[in-house]
Amino acid sequence: MELRAENVCMRFFRKRGEANFFEAVCPVSLTLKSGELTVLKGKSGSGKTTLTHILAGLLRPTEGNVFLDQTNLYALSDETLSELRNKKIGLVPQGRSAVDTLTVYENILLPGLLYSKADNSPEAEKWMEILGIVDLRDAMPAELSGGELRRLAIARVLTNGPQVILADEPTGDLDDENTRKVLSAFHACAHEENKAVFIVTHENDALEYADRVLTMDNGRITFPLFVD
Amino acid sequence: MKRTSPVIKNLTRKSGRTTALVLLTALLALAVFGGSIVILSLRGGLNSLENRLGADVIVVPSTARSKTNLEQILLQGTTGYFYMDREKLDKIIATDGVESASAQLFLASLRASCCSVPVQVIGFDQATDFTVRPWITESYSRTLNEKEVAVGCRVSAGIGESIRIYGVNCPVVARLAETGTGLDTAVYCSQETLQLLLDAARDLGHDLKISGSSENVISAVYIKVRDDYDAQKVADDINIHIRKVEAVSTKSMLTGVSDSLKAVSGTITWLIIALWILALVILFIVFAMMVNERRRELAVYRLLGMSRKMLSSMILKEALLCSLAGALCGVALGSALVFPFTTLIEQSLKLPYLTPAAGTIVLCAALALAVTVISGSAASLRTARKLSRVDPGTTLREGA
Repeated sequence: MELRAENVCMRFFRKRGEANFFEAVCPVSLTLKSGELTVLKGKSGSGKTTLTHILAGLLRPTEGNVFLDQTNLYALSDETLSELRNKKIGLVPQGRSAVDTLTVYENILLPGLLYSKADNSPEAEKWMEILGIVDLRDAMPAELSGGELRRLAIARVLTNGPQVILADEPTGDLDDENTRKVLSAFHACAHEENKAVFIVTHENDALEYADRVLTMDNGRITFPLFVD
Repeated sequence: MKRTSPVIKNLTRKSGRTTALVLLTALLALAVFGGSIVILSLRGGLNSLENRLGADVIVVPSTARSKTNLEQILLQGTTGYFYMDREKLDKIIATDGVESASAQLFLASLRASCCSVPVQVIGFDQATDFTVRPWITESYSRTLNEKEVAVGCRVSAGIGESIRIYGVNCPVVARLAETGTGLDTAVYCSQETLQLLLDAARDLGHDLKISGSSENVISAVYIKVRDDYDAQKVADDINIHIRKVEAVSTKSMLTGVSDSLKAVSGTITWLIIALWILALVILFIVFAMMVNERRRELAVYRLLGMSRKMLSSMILKEALLCSLAGALCGVALGSALVFPFTTLIEQSLKLPYLTPAAGTIVLCAALALAVTVISGSAASLRTARKLSRVDPGTTLREGA
């Protein structure tokens, strides 16, 4: 399975200023392949998050297309794209992404229950154990620290088992030990479970786990760097 | 965790928001249900009064503001009495357009050692009566013997018991169906029994202002007018040709009651509409406030794979459950406020008041539930639409 962006551009229109729009991403072509962990580095405001949301099917680009194998994501109806995202693309977004009215455990199981009645409990238990949040299973999101919320979001994606994992600053709120746990988990997903993993970061911790490192600046991928 | 559980959890774990929505919708249901029941009870009271009067014209003595007294006796259950010579009955029967006429005799018992309860006692002529008899027949098919009485549903005496009126023990043989009028607090007997009670009252020293024998007096005459005659014209003829009586067309008497009822019903209807609009506006505001509060939460649902349709459906389900819970609370509260206090409502409105049948009450409850649930859900539609169109990418980019 591969996720492919072809000449995607994203322009945001401004109400004021010298230009009436700015280009957050322009033009970017990128392929994420199964069994490969890709890291995208770049400064804040370079367009990494926008590109990640475009790849996840959450933000329609102003130009270009995104394909999951042969399927053009933005040619799909909202219902089909939503179901496809639920089943095949997992996104760990920046910031808080927990549903406040559900416990940690309920949050982790939620994606698996939207379209099926699959019992993901064993997977949930496994990832909560690995990511060190098993003791927080009945806690509400309001009781968690930033790092715990981040691990919740990661456990939720990994439990649902998508073929493509997109993680936006997944280690931003984590200490060194938890950073290593998370990056090892993503590495294992790519190499043991043959998933396409894409990590967006401005830190260097992820580089040693990467098969490929890309750099983004001013909305453009400046150069690809392969890592042995 | 079941598939539908996020809805329940959103409601139970955001209890403040849920309680506010439930209270608002309860207010809406209370207004619709309580108001409808009061209006229907007033209409039922008027219909019942029309049925029970059963006459086109009623003739009473012109003395002592007797018309007012008659209305008070009929509508509010006030006790009273007034008399005229029996010979008036013959003159009334001889009037053009009178198909049949039957006399009634009134007596008011006292709250004193002579009597068990202060009630209006009405003696009717069992041979000619066409107003009381059909009513009594609903619960008692035999004729009333001497001293036997039938009691209105609000007289506290059961069948087989006796009530004492001016020292005379009168066995109760029937309890009558509710009318919602002053007639429910009266006691009914044959004219012969009432003459006996009049004599007993006079023997006890009560001045009933009757000259001569009690057999020669009557209190009111109920007239049925022939189909080809106008009741008002017959009443006018009686007023012109027979001295010291006042003939009242029941239609004109009921028009007064009906006008009051229209005024009260109109006020209640406007109150329901005002409350309904107020609750709906507040519901719209509450739901609109939720747009900002829940924007990020719903963006998360979208990123996890919920479609716009699923998101709208979730918000609608929440609104539907809140509205349903509120509607049930409102109907329960309405029942608790309206049904135990029917006498109080009747007394304060001074209008006949007859609680509708169980089937009608159930129908009103269903109507209140439907109106409330539809209004609550409709108020959330705009929010559901707006929230389902939240761009998750942009919302998530806007930060935590």
